[in-house]
Amino acid sequence: MAQLKDVLKKPSSFYDEFLRKPDNYQQDTHYCPGCGHGILHKLIAEAIEDFGIKDRTIMISPVGCSVFVYYYFDTGNFQVAHGRAPAVATGIKRTHPDAIVISYQGDGDLAAIGGNNILQAANRGENITVFFVNNAIYGMTGGQMAPTTLLGQKTMTSPYGRKATWEGYPMKVSELLSTLEAPAYVERIALTNGKNLMKARKAVRKAIQAQIDGKGFSLVETLSMCPSAWRMTPVDAKKWVEEAMMKTFPLGVYKDVLDEREVGSWHRALETVPIEKYHEILGLAHEGMEVEGDVESVPKIFRNPKVLIAGFGGQGILLLGQTLAETGMRHGWNSTWIPSYGPEMRGGTANCHVKISSDPIGSPVVSEPNILIAMNKPSLERFEKDLAPGGLLIYNTSMIDIKPTRTDIEILPLPATEMADEIGSLRVANMVIIGAVLEKTKILQKDVVLDSLNAVVKHKKFIPMNSDAINKGMEYARNYKG
Amino acid sequence: MAKELIKGNEAVIKGALLAGCDAYFGYPITPASEIAHAAAKYFPLAGKVFLQAESEIAAIQMCYGAAGGGVRVMTASSGPGISLKMEGISYSAGSELPIVIVDVMRGGPGLGNIAPSQADYNQIVKGGGHGNYKLLVLAPNSAQEMCDLTMLAFELADKYRNPTVVLTDGFNGQMMEPVEFPEPVKKKPDKTDWAAMGDAKTRKNLINSIYLDPEEMEEHNVHLQEKYKKMEQNEVRYEDYKLDGAEIIGIAYGTTSRVMYTAVDEARKKGINAGMLRPITLFPFPKVKIRELAESSKVKAFLVSEMSNGQMVDDVRLAVEGKKPVNFFGRMGGVVPTVSELLEQFEKAAK
Ligand SMILES: Cc1ncc(C[n+]2csc(CCOP(=O)(O)OP(=O)(O)O)c2C)c(N)n1
Ligand code: SF4
Repeated sequence: MAQLKDVLKKPSSFYDEFLRKPDNYQQDTHYCPGCGHGILHKLIAEAIEDFGIKDRTIMISPVGCSVFVYYYFDTGNFQVAHGRAPAVATGIKRTHPDAIVISYQGDGDLAAIGGNNILQAANRGENITVFFVNNAIYGMTGGQMAPTTLLGQKTMTSPYGRKATWEGYPMKVSELLSTLEAPAYVERIALTNGKNLMKARKAVRKAIQAQIDGKGFSLVETLSMCPSAWRMTPVDAKKWVEEAMMKTFPLGVYKDVLDEREVGSWHRALETVPIEKYHEILGLAHEGMEVEGDVESVPKIFRNPKVLIAGFGGQGILLLGQTLAETGMRHGWNSTWIPSYGPEMRGGTANCHVKISSDPIGSPVVSEPNILIAMNKPSLERFEKDLAPGGLLIYNTSMIDIKPTRTDIEILPLPATEMADEIGSLRVANMVIIGAVLEKTKILQKDVVLDSLNAVVKHKKFIPMNSDAINKGMEYARNYKG
Repeated sequence: MAKELIKGNEAVIKGALLAGCDAYFGYPITPASEIAHAAAKYFPLAGKVFLQAESEIAAIQMCYGAAGGGVRVMTASSGPGISLKMEGISYSAGSELPIVIVDVMRGGPGLGNIAPSQADYNQIVKGGGHGNYKLLVLAPNSAQEMCDLTMLAFELADKYRNPTVVLTDGFNGQMMEPVEFPEPVKKKPDKTDWAAMGDAKTRKNLINSIYLDPEEMEEHNVHLQEKYKKMEQNEVRYEDYKLDGAEIIGIAYGTTSRVMYTAVDEARKKGINAGMLRPITLFPFPKVKIRELAESSKVKAFLVSEMSNGQMVDDVRLAVEGKKPVNFFGRMGGVVPTVSELLEQFEKAAK
């Protein structure tokens, strides 16, 4: 077992004793002799100590040999799913912008299973620091091929050597991420000799400082030794990093725009909004006109209206239904509105079901309407047969050139589209219909309908025209002699 | 305060903010997208975080991060996305993180369709992710409950440190109904004893689901099972619809229960003594009440209806223990049972 304290002095951001470690060696790390992880831990711990950010720091342990990062760092700690550290880091950082969030990941974790997570976090410019340990292999699971495995390199799952035409090329994460605009700083380092260690130390500090300064995403890729899975001595492992790995993965700075960025420019502070304001924010503070509905004056068949409204998308079908449901609610009744949604709508037809009732409403589905509004021909053809005996059919003669066939229902043919055109906009045809419904059923009061429109209609400029249309619809229905 | 006519999906978000939700992470999918739309609109106005994730896999992990940091957080999706969230759900259950997940079920399997469904009961209530875990599962059947049960979900998630699901369907999400919104929640629980918030007080805390030592892992599992037992003791919720003296007991949740209210009323008009038990919590399941009904001499039979191949009915049968016949009527693939279909089933059960 390599003893960290033998290599370098233990920084205070490491625990004195690794009490979370379930064995008897609580002074030692769990890493193999000659492993790069321990050295990188040490550099990170030292930076955390020197910057005085131990309390603010949250370390994320990945899945891989570094799964136990939390044994060592005396900081807040998360252990997370394989490859997901950048997503978890995002969740922590966005909700705790002042925390220093450090994601520590191996190459299987970051470049294979978590490939999209790191790419997207980098692209969003998450203000986090990522330490990426590239050891060209899966250490923990016993030496399988990683995305970073070199061409020709033999692993347990590439026993004849990695072949470009079979497994593709080693993935160059630093090069890849540095093509994105958002990342602030990306560098590749190695831990092989004194000179490289000095550079590594500088890079680690720079990447953490970038986050402290609120300058956005930084990533340090570390070429790291894995003597165990490589089946080499620690000395040979270092040599292999220098002689083989560095050829494919050249060291250096791949992106550095830190000087161009203002301090705090990628710090996403949260605004505090007093909860007393929530109802206003949520649009709940308004007081609409309300009346007490009276069913006694309503013809019996319309007392619990079950309305089916059908036509083309764009004819204001859904809005018509919502206006009725909203108005019903403001009479103190229960109401439901349910649209046909999805592909059916895209196919050009739209319909919705509205129920208004003084009793609680069970199923919101209108299978046997007592009011059917057909705005186009297919709707009349499809739904006429469903109308309850004695029910009311209103159909738009401007768009329908056939006649209803039922004789046991009340029928109001209405040239809604033409009337709307005369009023000034085809869009108010649905309001003409509402007028006719009001006149015929007497269940809803006109002034409440008009007030409801304020809540339902998005384009307020149409409201005067709407009221005109409702009046014309009422008038037409009143004067219609069938 | 006036009521608002609102879609169930939007009521979820208004309820969430009133419950003090601090962050929403999600990925669009029909028929749950209005939840994301409303979150995108309202969360920033309240100084809260809305972020569109790169996938449902990432969204639930962002929730893991936020919840582990001690804030109230949620996500929402439907079948294909919920399947992707299963990884994070299992981790959250293991790490005991209070996350609220809304599942607006649609037709499946596979890409299926976007029509309403209840085919993901087993996935949510029985597992779906790996390990011996349970989720608290709430099943609203109105826009009002979409608000109320979302708010309750945040309370229960915190109370038990457990991921909590609001399990609903495309119909309930798309339907508009009057909703009365309550006052915002003023006090949220203190989580400094376990959450890692990036400050001195919580520096010692670890969010974790790994226990390498099998004995320790078992101990953690025992702890979780004890917690689930407490939920079964304290959190069962159901609605009693004309159960008193009923002979045929309908059991349905969500949209199917809406159809069943009407079917019960119609059946009664025809002289059938029908009633309905509507589970509001699917875990914990109202099995004690169902057993009690099964043991009552008055009760002749049960009728379970779901928009599925029959998933909840297994739980009903376990509770009934063969004491009375349990009939099942299901529609699949996005088809909603009709009142006349259920009425026919009540008639059949009464024979
Ligand atoms: C979803 C999932 N798949 C597979 C594993 C098994 N697994 C554990 S560690 C690991 C590879 C880690 O390799 P790397 O990220 O390169 O880290 P190293 O061990 O080399 O430091 C794998 C595949 C897992 N834990 N979770
Ligand atoms: S297997 Fe490799 S990466 Fe893992 S601890 Fe050993 S040397 Fe380090």
